[in-house]
Amino acid sequence: MTFINYAAREINCKIVYYGPGLCGKTTNLQYIYDRTNPSAKGKLISLATETDRTLFFDFLPLDLGTVRGFKTRFHLYTVPGQVFYDASRKLILKGVDGVVFVADSQEARIDANIEALGNLEKNLKDHGFALATIPYVLQLNKRDLPTAVAVDELFRQLNFKGEPTYEACAPQGTGVFDTLKAVAKQVLMELRKK
Amino acid sequence: MADFLLFDEEFHLIKDVISRLKTDAQAKVVFVVDKNGQQIAAQGDLESLDTTSLASLTAGNVAATDGLAKLIGEKEFPVLFHEGERDNVYIAIVGQRVILVVIFDEHSSLGLVRLRVRKATQDLEKIFETIQRKIESEKDRKDLDSPFAEITDEDIDSLFRE
Ligand SMILES: Nc1nc2c(ncn2[C@@H]2O[C@H](COP(=O)(O)OP(=O)(O)OP(=O)(O)O)[C@@H](O)[C@H]2O)c(=O)[nH]1
Ligand SMILES: [Mg+2]
Repeated sequence: MTFINYAAREINCKIVYYGPGLCGKTTNLQYIYDRTNPSAKGKLISLATETDRTLFFDFLPLDLGTVRGFKTRFHLYTVPGQVFYDASRKLILKGVDGVVFVADSQEARIDANIEALGNLEKNLKDHGFALATIPYVLQLNKRDLPTAVAVDELFRQLNFKGEPTYEACAPQGTGVFDTLKAVAKQVLMELRKK
Repeated sequence: MADFLLFDEEFHLIKDVISRLKTDAQAKVVFVVDKNGQQIAAQGDLESLDTTSLASLTAGNVAATDGLAKLIGEKEFPVLFHEGERDNVYIAIVGQRVILVVIFDEHSSLGLVRLRVRKATQDLEKIFETIQRKIESEKDRKDLDSPFAEITDEDIDSLFRE
């Protein structure tokens, strides 16, 4: 749900990074935070366990600049990927404008990816959204690992509706901004339709 | 889901209400955020405050407490209160989608804040009802000069240029 503030001439959009535990959602936000001009970003807030697993969410506000006289603000969130945090994960999807699904390319995580995708579909539905229509990007992360499954295979298993798909290695930043840009673009294009 | 639109007129009405509340409750800061964590308006000593983070964490806090309420069969917890050594935070839910936050110290008291918030909440509820009605009626108006009707690929690409 985009928040258009005509009084302050701002638009605020919410983007959520979803995916199985340890797939690299938080790493995406950390990379974006590290590589963004201080004037264009707020604090990166991480509500995490002592072992750096996301407990509730990570939050990073970004000011991307001005479109047609309106300041465009993106609020990036990650969900906790661990299966048993489902209640919290669902809360974060409230009012979402666009979703990035970060998949873990490792062979051993195929089932976890599929389960997380099904979980995303269900939780979106419970909020009245549909994966088929919401701005959506697939990121195939951890391409650097030797156990990574071929891209074709992952695409076949995980691509939901022909959404833009990017290969990534989040700690090095490969594919991170491409992913963000692709989802932001879809979200802004949605505003044109309305 | 419908977008949330905020126009000048209501923005100023909201600001009036929270600035009055700040004075009447002798608070340090008063702000209003929507349940998705977007800040709507703020008044008070904001210099030293990261209001964007505050808004997001407040919404997270309320969302978690709402979840808790549902689990035990409550509709919601309409008020949350956090007491600190120096500063206290009083959080009240306004209508369905808005959160009112008051930060105060020893210059005020919980009783005073609670009393003043009750009045302000009623005023805000009316304003947000008006906003809701406006959003509903905007939906059917094709002529609303939406700044984004004409947005181009070019515009969007320019946002990502370093
Ligand atoms: N080799 C490699 N490691 C990665 C990549 N992306 C993330 N990691 C590592 O994977 C681990 C987990 O990354 P996080 O970003 O914390 O994962 P997460 O998805 O936020 O996990 P949860 O918070 O539990 O849901 C960290 O040690 C990262 O450094 C990648 O592309 N390649
Ligand atoms: Mg994480």
